[in-house]
Amino acid sequence: MFTWLHPYAKTERAYALCQSLFPYFLSAAILGLVIGLVWGLAFAPPDYQQGDSFRIIYIHVPSAILAMGTYVAMATAGFVGLVWQWKTAYMSMIAIAPVGALMTFISLFTGAAWGKPMWGTWWIWDARLTSQLILLFLYFGVMALYAAFSDKQQAGKAAAIIALVGVINIPIIHYSVEWWNTLHQGSTITKIGRPSIVPEMKWPLLVSIAGFIGLIGTLVLLQLKNVILMREAHRPWVKKLLLTTPTKGGK
Amino acid sequence: MSPLMSIFKRDWQLAMRQKSEFIQPLVFFMLVITLFPIGVGPGLEILQKIGPGVIWVAAILSALLGMEKLFRDDFNDGFLEQIQLSGVPLALAMSIKVFCHWLLFILPLILVSPLLALFLNLTPAMYWALLATLLLGTPILSFVGAIAVALTVGLQRGGILLSLILIPVFIPLLIFATSVVDSAIFGLNYWPQLAIIGAMLCGAIAITPFAMSYAIRVSHH
Amino acid sequence: MAFSNLSDFLAMGGYGFYVWLSYGISALSIVLYIIFVRVQGKKIISDMYAQQAREARIAKAKAEEKI
Repeated sequence: MFTWLHPYAKTERAYALCQSLFPYFLSAAILGLVIGLVWGLAFAPPDYQQGDSFRIIYIHVPSAILAMGTYVAMATAGFVGLVWQWKTAYMSMIAIAPVGALMTFISLFTGAAWGKPMWGTWWIWDARLTSQLILLFLYFGVMALYAAFSDKQQAGKAAAIIALVGVINIPIIHYSVEWWNTLHQGSTITKIGRPSIVPEMKWPLLVSIAGFIGLIGTLVLLQLKNVILMREAHRPWVKKLLLTTPTKGGK
Repeated sequence: MSPLMSIFKRDWQLAMRQKSEFIQPLVFFMLVITLFPIGVGPGLEILQKIGPGVIWVAAILSALLGMEKLFRDDFNDGFLEQIQLSGVPLALAMSIKVFCHWLLFILPLILVSPLLALFLNLTPAMYWALLATLLLGTPILSFVGAIAVALTVGLQRGGILLSLILIPVFIPLLIFATSVVDSAIFGLNYWPQLAIIGAMLCGAIAITPFAMSYAIRVSHH
Repeated sequence: MAFSNLSDFLAMGGYGFYVWLSYGISALSIVLYIIFVRVQGKKIISDMYAQQAREARIAKAKAEEKI
């Protein structure tokens, strides 16, 4: 069924794919982010409850949602690597990891900056903040485990297993933390436009989410190219690609 | 004697020859718990409030500390490879090892917990709830932890990496376990939370052996 | 436009610090990440050149040894 994917098990083809996909993701990122964020910052009406501080939503919500989506993508890449034993799958997985961690960091930071004016505190053990923090640690775990092995094929397998253990855990973490939070919740719970969000606020958000997806794709492709080159540095196609001076008596 | 029994007996006897190895996590457990009254002051109310959480966190840390040696020696001297070559299912053999490890390294923590409950001013009702969570929950630490141990067994510098990987995974268990004790404080029924921990345990015992054996195969090359 | 002039836009109804802090740090972290990836890429290339030079030196030394 996925035979059209098979050529990309080869690193040279995968690298070429990164090159060809890059412009599309970059345009999506630039268009989506510029339009969505300018719209959200300057044109959307202020919230009657939160005033203009709600505009943080245009970065906070996309990064928060996509932090989780990116983790699932990373785990899927790991799964593909484990089942089909593709180098490029492991490489994709480890290229996605830092980008996902970056998104999680952004969601945590913007969440804190939003929380300070809204809840009066930079940090609170709100269910979502806590889950995102644990997600950040899961990303770090995958990256740390991969880095600990010098044989990168083995590193990929180990990191993939940990990524999968984490992905099974994500719903568990979410529900347990939410449950824990409702047991211990002492401070007020703020409704952040939960029941309905007016179209004037919703559309910039959707555009921003699309922009963030483009951004994540762009960053992952950049990182993936590096990962491929690092591991395949000795291969002829890489030498031909990167070295402008011909090798003397080389292979 | 069945091969599984002999694996258990071997692990037991090897551990008994170096009793200091499993005394260490036990002493660590007690020391860490002792740090808290010293750190937050001897106020009885506060100690009771943080007590169950402190005992569980200390148990997690002590378990992580003791877990490293779970497969290391057998990995290094080729015993695990021998098991793979023999007819014994690797998943089962590793589960027996994990169970033996739990008996030697973690059960002592549970046996010493009444004393520590006293140090932290827990009420009897709280203590029985805590005991139930420790009995059901600590095997989860061992079984799930064993997967990560199997993945890192070949690495020179393991150490903190194991904790880094496992602590996020243990957080839901910590949440449910402390919730059980909190319910006990208010005299509420804590069977639901305990049942969830029990379900996690059943899931862990059923699934982790296969993940463990796959992980050790990954480590072998 | 939700704001009548630039200073209103920057003030964000009193929440300016938090809004611009969020946008600013997010943008900064993304930029830093891109810089990191580029620096990493340049290092890969320079390492390859260094390796190539090393191999050339070794080959030359071996050739001289044989003579």
